Amino acid sequence: MQDQHKTTTELLCYHCGADLPKVKYQVDNKDFCCAGCLGVYKILSENNLCNYYVYNANPGKQLQSDGRLEYLDEPKIINQLLDYKQDNTSIITFYVPAIHCSSCIWLLEHLYKINPAIFSSRIDFLKKQVTISFNHEEISLKQLVETLNHIGYEPAINLQDVVKEHKSAVDKALILKIAVAGFLMGNVMLFSFPEYFGLSSFEKQFQYLFGWLNLAFSIPAAFYCGRDYFISAINSLKHKHINLDTPLALIIAVLFIRTAVEVVFNLGPGFADTLTGLVFLLLLGKWLKQRTYHHISFDRDYRSYFPIAATALIDGVEKPIAINDIKIGDRLWIRNGELVPADAILMKGDAWMDMSFVTGESEPVHKVLGEIIYAGGKQTTEAIELEVIKPVSQSYLTGLWNSENYKEHAEQQNFNDSVAKYFSLVVFFVAFCATAFWLFQNDSHKAWSAFTAVIIVACPCVLALSTPFTLSAILSIFDKKGFYVKNTDAVEALAKCDTIIFDKTGTLTSSEGASIHFSGVLSDEENRIVASLLRNSTHPLSRHILKALNVDHFYEISNYKEVIGKGLRAEVNDRVIYAGHTSMLPIGLGVGHETGVHIAIDNVYKGYFEIKQEWRSGLAKLMINLSKFKLLVLSGDSDKDHSVLKVIFSKSTHIKFKQSPLQKLEAVLLLQKAQNNVLMLGDGLNDAGALKQSDFGIALTDNINNFTPGCDAILKGDELNLLPNFIQLSKDGLKIIKISFAIAIAYNCVGIFYAVQGTLYPLVAAVLMPISTVTIISFTTLATRWFAKKNKLL
Amino acid sequence: MNILYFLIGCSVFMALIFLGAFIWSYKNGQNDDVHTPGMRMLFDDEVSPEKSEEDHFSN
Repeated sequence: MQDQHKTTTELLCYHCGADLPKVKYQVDNKDFCCAGCLGVYKILSENNLCNYYVYNANPGKQLQSDGRLEYLDEPKIINQLLDYKQDNTSIITFYVPAIHCSSCIWLLEHLYKINPAIFSSRIDFLKKQVTISFNHEEISLKQLVETLNHIGYEPAINLQDVVKEHKSAVDKALILKIAVAGFLMGNVMLFSFPEYFGLSSFEKQFQYLFGWLNLAFSIPAAFYCGRDYFISAINSLKHKHINLDTPLALIIAVLFIRTAVEVVFNLGPGFADTLTGLVFLLLLGKWLKQRTYHHISFDRDYRSYFPIAATALIDGVEKPIAINDIKIGDRLWIRNGELVPADAILMKGDAWMDMSFVTGESEPVHKVLGEIIYAGGKQTTEAIELEVIKPVSQSYLTGLWNSENYKEHAEQQNFNDSVAKYFSLVVFFVAFCATAFWLFQNDSHKAWSAFTAVIIVACPCVLALSTPFTLSAILSIFDKKGFYVKNTDAVEALAKCDTIIFDKTGTLTSSEGASIHFSGVLSDEENRIVASLLRNSTHPLSRHILKALNVDHFYEISNYKEVIGKGLRAEVNDRVIYAGHTSMLPIGLGVGHETGVHIAIDNVYKGYFEIKQEWRSGLAKLMINLSKFKLLVLSGDSDKDHSVLKVIFSKSTHIKFKQSPLQKLEAVLLLQKAQNNVLMLGDGLNDAGALKQSDFGIALTDNINNFTPGCDAILKGDELNLLPNFIQLSKDGLKIIKISFAIAIAYNCVGIFYAVQGTLYPLVAAVLMPISTVTIISFTTLATRWFAKKNKLL
Repeated sequence: MNILYFLIGCSVFMALIFLGAFIWSYKNGQNDDVHTPGMRMLFDDEVSPEKSEEDHFSN
């Protein structure tokens, strides 16, 4: 067993666990896949930090950092990033996507060993955040980030500060309210027990005390814990509609007033126990409803894709500038691999823009001088100079987020609110009838108690509880299957969807399963020559192909030349070899195919490497399962895959190509105008507008830690085939809520039977409420599990 | 039975202290991250090579 373990580890990189190429790097009898992993190991071993490798096997990640960090020397940007600064101490919190195991915690909390100017560092594992306090007189922020980069933990510093937005998002006040409400409920229950069991005449003296204590506890329950219900009720009445909070606020008020009246005039024990119990349960339901995933951000927009700074040219001198400070007319200097942050005109240089963020099309587009380059384009060749024509917030791509479309969206009523209206009307009707009856009988005392009792008993508290309990149970079932839904409201939206739109690239195709094909013939010898050439390039494509070639040794090369973004040229064993774009090849080698990495050896064209995207498995079956829905495919790509899509989808499916982000958004709007509820599946920034506008937007990703656009849910790529089951379960969830509502009505009828007679004793109310609550909660939990099993999700 | 008044007062007071303790700990951020400390405590202390053993004979 141990031998087996040994052989498997020997084939893997000691640092990152990747498969070893035939030519590997070796130090201290340990194998590494690349110079980057070796570098990290060296740093760690020099600093006595090799415990990193003790806690987990191959804990590292391959280095992928290529960012420039000059902007971290700008005082303005530094101040924006720092949490705290005083004397010589600065504290900063970074979001580090690479954090994934206990070794990461150990290493990042021992940063002080690498650089003594770092005082301490602390990790929040679930949020993937590290908080570092350091001496800014001895180490600059830039050096700190470089240190992190060197050991493979590159912090994500983007325009949208995920770290700071998270901090404010946590609703601490609600937790405190729950704690106080729980405390009040416990105490009130304690003081109500003697009343339940009956007091002997000797103990009657305590009744007075218990009453006043209960009243005292009711005050914070109603006015501190229950405050939000009053505010919400008043707001909704101002807008002339009734939401679920309106009857709840009314009940809290009635319970409190009746308790106060009974205690002050010594008429009876009051309903303090019901009041505090109700408030506690309501807040608990509210908390379930608000609960969301700490480690996933659903509210990302274009700002998470944009860097925090760009390089401006001021009087010909390069200077980092914060993205928010970019003005019209500024000159920007965009290097290879950098993103254009604002719509701009090309002034100088040769631009090959990767516009995949904007259009979804991954082939670079050539732009000539004077042409407009939209924000979101990524330069793939040499550095270029641009003049900004629109500020960042009003650029073509970013404008999608600021459009007005999204507002009407929020007004959608859910099941609860629509039922609450009728429910309140019926309750009022019954209450007034009972009051009128008793007034008619000249019994004003019974009229008052019947009126209040009806309102107390007919509490829609079950409505307020069954929804969050059912939906949060569904959320946790989804969660186990790799489907992360933002909150419980989103589950309701999912259940209502009748139209599904698919994006193509990254959604129907897998972004990680891309495989490399060579069209043409290369001998082993030529393979080695190509590999020897590609080994010298850091371009991701070169790395990819080199890994696919996997040769066992390399040749010496000479006269190496790399034209960034275009290709490579060198001499190997007296043979001249070219690899890259067609324009890189010697003139006269006619090539029909534009895309891919073309190879020519000794002026003979050999063929080209092409990265083929792979379709996700089981798509055809998935589409059959989804045949009840109206299906659409909106692809930003060219129509080269039309024939494949035709086979997967049925004839009635609309398939559109070359869709811009705006066209996708408009397609969603058009469907919504026709009263369709749209479910959109997408993956990239180019789908983000449509994802946000759709009734339920799902971002598909192969790695949960990757950046995904703002959406209602994140779905793991492998689990796409379960989509019909997810939708079915959410529909069943609504069914469960409706059934539990019926059960609650049955309980209420019993309560109202006593209430209208004006004989509702507090004990009955106090018993009825918990029993109905327990019934409902256990029913929703069991029913949800049953439906989940039925849908093969459990 | 008048002692009950005193006992009830005590029990409410104690409960208030615990409520206060919870509110303080919550506001203090003790519940912000409940996952990492559990992993952190599993790390071993590092054994630093003792100097006394190195220098026994050389001096």
